[in-house]
Amino acid sequence: MAYDKFTILESSAVPLPIENIDTDQIIPARFLKATERKDFGDNLFRDWRYDSNNNPKKDFVLNNPKFKGEILVGGKNFGSGSSREHAAWSVYDYGFRCVVSSFFADIFRNNCLNIGVLPVQVTSKFLEEIFNKIYENPKTKLNIDLNKQKIKIIGTNLSESFDINEYKKENMLHGYDDIDYLMNIKDSIEIFAKNTPL
Amino acid sequence: MNKTLFDKVWDSHVVHRIKNGPDVLFIDRHMVHEVTSPVAFLGLKNRNVNVLFPEKTFATADHNTPTKNQHLPVKDPLSANQLKALEDNSKLHGISYWGLGHEKNGIVHVVGPEYGITQPGATIVCGDSHTSTHGAFGAIAFGIGTSEVEMVLSTQCIMQPKAKKMRISIDGKLSKAVTPKDVALFIISELSTSGATGYFVEYYGSVFSEMSMEGRMTVCNLSIEMGARGGMIAPDEKTFEYIKDREFTPRGKDWDKAMKYWSTLKSDADAIFDKELCFDGETIQPMITYGTNPGMGMSISNGIPNAKSQKGGVKTYLKSLEYMNYNEGESMLGKKIDFVFLGSCTNGRIEDFRAFTEIIKGKKKAPNVTAWLVPGSHKVEKAIKKEGLLTILNEAGFELREPGCSACLAMNDDKIPPGKYAVSTSNRNFEGRQGPGSRTLLASPLVAAAAAITGIVTDPRTLF
Ligand code: SF4
Repeated sequence: MAYDKFTILESSAVPLPIENIDTDQIIPARFLKATERKDFGDNLFRDWRYDSNNNPKKDFVLNNPKFKGEILVGGKNFGSGSSREHAAWSVYDYGFRCVVSSFFADIFRNNCLNIGVLPVQVTSKFLEEIFNKIYENPKTKLNIDLNKQKIKIIGTNLSESFDINEYKKENMLHGYDDIDYLMNIKDSIEIFAKNTPL
Repeated sequence: MNKTLFDKVWDSHVVHRIKNGPDVLFIDRHMVHEVTSPVAFLGLKNRNVNVLFPEKTFATADHNTPTKNQHLPVKDPLSANQLKALEDNSKLHGISYWGLGHEKNGIVHVVGPEYGITQPGATIVCGDSHTSTHGAFGAIAFGIGTSEVEMVLSTQCIMQPKAKKMRISIDGKLSKAVTPKDVALFIISELSTSGATGYFVEYYGSVFSEMSMEGRMTVCNLSIEMGARGGMIAPDEKTFEYIKDREFTPRGKDWDKAMKYWSTLKSDADAIFDKELCFDGETIQPMITYGTNPGMGMSISNGIPNAKSQKGGVKTYLKSLEYMNYNEGESMLGKKIDFVFLGSCTNGRIEDFRAFTEIIKGKKKAPNVTAWLVPGSHKVEKAIKKEGLLTILNEAGFELREPGCSACLAMNDDKIPPGKYAVSTSNRNFEGRQGPGSRTLLASPLVAAAAAITGIVTDPRTLF
């Protein structure tokens, strides 16, 4: 499924300073029964967001109108656990285009890159700064420039560069996905298949 | 030569290298299940493409299926719909489908090896993170997301950068009641849940070479819980013995040809790893987890570690203990439990049921414990009956359910109620993993059995 291009994103951000946020928290397994990609945003962080009677939990950040934006800022080791791409979908479908953390779990990072959510890995010091600035002023904006691979905290002189694989970067900038690429080299795949030992 | 086992298998599957980008990796075997595949099949439809090599993909239903009355229609309409979608998609694309009720049905990572789909030196993927299980055979096996499932269906390839390489060596003799699960929980507790992120792990040393194939599967299965892309063990005589004459393993001349390739599958003596770790097998004790990630494990007779001794994230650590309603320093022994779950692709094989039965034999299930014993497949179920384990289990007050993932991820009705404690042989103790509000203690089948008959966390060594 194609997604919108990602070039520069400037937005306020939602802070979630918890470490090891796993995919079962991002989207609990009972919401994986769909056969289409629909309504996943509604169930993002379902059990942190709502109590067992489906009433919003006031103290959870997504229910706090002070914090809004297209960027989610999470604690270290974000997205560990299951390979469910539904976790990345729910982040995207909720309206986040970018997740910032000081460390990402592998499969989650990969899933994000495949569907158009940009994972931005920063140093733990910079992450700390972001949290501080957001708590000082929830309207604080972050600027993320994919082409330059730079993240800035607007209104400060704080900025950092981030890494991204060059190929994935091109894809994101253009809104392409891997299947488009693979389809183009299908002939060589078929020749390769004839010569595999297994 | 200085190539690792991982290098050898990976490099021989690269169709194309993209400069400053990922490798295009050819996939030999693809397993699909009902939960992570429907959107991928929908993607094929939208792009108007077919499955490129249907004979390389295998479908089974497991995540969502009931573990009781499987002969009846599935009650939950959403689950039923997903199962139907898998069946329809498999038929449409000519993929072999082992649905509910099929004699080969079971958890993907249990049936793959059972029927010889899993082979040394293969690349194997599935939309489930515990695909790492198949690494026990010297395969490169790892979990993928739904976009990648679509990629494999349509092009038999995925695009990923090559992982870094780590070797974990453990020598020495394991003590009594220390199982492969304990070895894995021990390693994860040493490395933390992110300690191997970015790496593919090779397990090496006498502890692994002496382990049974099923034990190796348990260890490789849990590789993902320390963040690794996957784990693998070089194939040896045991491996070849195990796979010989299974339905999908090569025969005759093809076997000889495959053996030629397989016999090259070990790390060269001068192989270079990005990271090497060594542990002493003799120091490992039966393990149990006390927190909400698999890295929060400890020897069963120790006290819960103090927050201060944690390397980082004191706040997260305390939040986790609060969720479990445990305190720093407390002993886990004697803690009351409510549920026991024996099953999952981590510990739902016949050896796990043998281990469990060994402890409960001649004893009775504790009245306060609800026990769910769920075989990983029909094949395991049959073996339990044939070996007479079922009679022993029944006499002790246990019943056997039908195969599936069950309480490992609680997508079906097998949910641990809020606030209740479960000793579980599965692989994740995340908040709510086994049902909203559930509290999970991960452990081996022996520890699970000890808890099932005493109703509290008990050191299995006191029960032999
Ligand atoms: S038993 Fe658990 S980990 Fe294994 S395949 Fe099923 S859900 Fe995944």
